[in-house]
Amino acid sequence: MNPLALIGHTFLEFLQATGRLGYFTARATSHCFRRPFYFRQIGKQLLDIGYFSLPVVGLTALFTGMVLALQSHSGFSRFDAESAIPTVVVLSITRELGPVMAGLMVAGRIGAAIAAELGTMRVTEQIDALTTLSTNPYKYLIVPRLIAGTLVLPLLVLVADIIGVFGGFLVCVARLHFNAANYISQSWQYLEHRDVTSGLWKAAAFGFIIALMGCYNGFNSKGGAQGVGTATTNAVVTASILILVSNYLLTGILFAGK
Amino acid sequence: MSDNQPKIELTGVTKSFDDKHVLRGLDLTIAKGESVVIIGGSGTGKSVTLKCILGLLQHDKGTIKVDGQDIKKMSGTERDEHLDKFGMLFQGSALFDSLPVWRNVAFKLLQAHHMPHKEARERAIATLASVGLSPAVGDLYPAELSGGMQKRVALARAIAAKPEIIFFDEPTTGLDPIMADVINELIVKCVHELGATTLSITHDMASARKIADRIAMLHEGRIIWQGPKRDIDHSGNPYVDQFIHGRAEGPIRMQVRRF
Ligand SMILES: Nc1ncnc2c1ncn2[C@@H]1O[C@H](COP(=O)(O)OP(=O)(O)OP(=O)(O)O)[C@@H](O)[C@H]1O
Ligand SMILES: [Mg+2]
Repeated sequence: MNPLALIGHTFLEFLQATGRLGYFTARATSHCFRRPFYFRQIGKQLLDIGYFSLPVVGLTALFTGMVLALQSHSGFSRFDAESAIPTVVVLSITRELGPVMAGLMVAGRIGAAIAAELGTMRVTEQIDALTTLSTNPYKYLIVPRLIAGTLVLPLLVLVADIIGVFGGFLVCVARLHFNAANYISQSWQYLEHRDVTSGLWKAAAFGFIIALMGCYNGFNSKGGAQGVGTATTNAVVTASILILVSNYLLTGILFAGK
Repeated sequence: MSDNQPKIELTGVTKSFDDKHVLRGLDLTIAKGESVVIIGGSGTGKSVTLKCILGLLQHDKGTIKVDGQDIKKMSGTERDEHLDKFGMLFQGSALFDSLPVWRNVAFKLLQAHHMPHKEARERAIATLASVGLSPAVGDLYPAELSGGMQKRVALARAIAAKPEIIFFDEPTTGLDPIMADVINELIVKCVHELGATTLSITHDMASARKIADRIAMLHEGRIIWQGPKRDIDHSGNPYVDQFIHGRAEGPIRMQVRRF
């Protein structure tokens, strides 16, 4: 095939894939606002995505905060700016590291799990079976995951923020001999509402992206075990990339003019 | 609605996957309360036919009517009503492995018909009993059952909501001969007691003879013979003869190469 045709072909395929994803997203989202709602399923997903992700997200946040404090100290001590460390830690965690790290960890944990579960249901005809039992698979399988993902990730990130800041505090006080009360008051001093809320908005977007990519790839998987494997990988990779890209875009929007 | 309106009517239905033409103009009419069995070689599109009628797969050309209604021209609510008429036993059982057996059986009653929990459970246990499974099985998970038990649970799930039309995709494969006969009788009973219309697929001629009012043979995407079951032994059709006697030699060529 000549190179031009190849480029054209690839481009068309990309457009097609984007269109399919767009259609799926629109369809799934519209079902989020129409009855019936499967509250039991939503509750189960809230537990799966939120509660059971706490250890992973907590540990990630703790060590991120600790490393952040250590690195800031080794940098800032060069020009006697150690007093800025609490502010740097709290702003970095709430604005960026909390949501992004939590998002990526949950993408690995939950995106993969959703894709594998729905993918297996697809190839073993369980999704077809749902339809024949008068249950819309979009409403029963996808909507609960999208809702739970979008609602629960901000909560996870809030926890991650607190644990991350605590990690920084721990390193500064225990290892670098900061005064504990000073550290806390300095953390609060420059912290604005927006720093935290912007991170939570991001988290909601990331939660939606993770659940969406898991559902989309799982729901449309083909073939047998191999197809499910491919769906799982794609779910994690696409969710992670979309998280990073949308993080940049959202930062531009949320902090426009500042 | 007139009484002699067919329950299910397929005319000139075609279905291809890429360049593989599976159904090539299939015509089949099923009357209300009738029990039709489709026979035919492996991979001839029997399961695809069922999925097209349910709307799980979109057929390419031709029309499929259920109760006189074209399935391609249905609105959202009409489609829900359409699906509510059916019960389907999948060839691979397709049980929900995240739910215990009794919730599988009661799924439609709980989710779609909003039956109270206790009543649904009782109905599930009773339906399980009719396919020869004890109440204790109800609390197991599908992965804990043997293949034949899974098949019977799937059968129970298909009939639990007492649908008007039931599709059985190979209901007796993987069962021992005695249990197979129990299932055959159960299917006959469904037709008689519920007045259900059934369309079954089977490779098991004994089963076909027992449950069918009429047998249709699918070959190369078309129905090449159909008639009352008593005619099957003197159909005069060489394809049917070869099939029911299971001979390797005959007009049907299997796609195999000799060693
Ligand atoms: N989703 C699909 N995508 C592509 N091809 C398919 C799909 N489903 C079925 N086919 C093809 O359609 C043909 C008919 O399949 P079908 O499952 O209807 O066979 P069958 O008559 O039920 O066979 P068996 O008796 O072995 O169950 C097969 O050749 C199969 O490869
Ligand atoms: Mg089949």
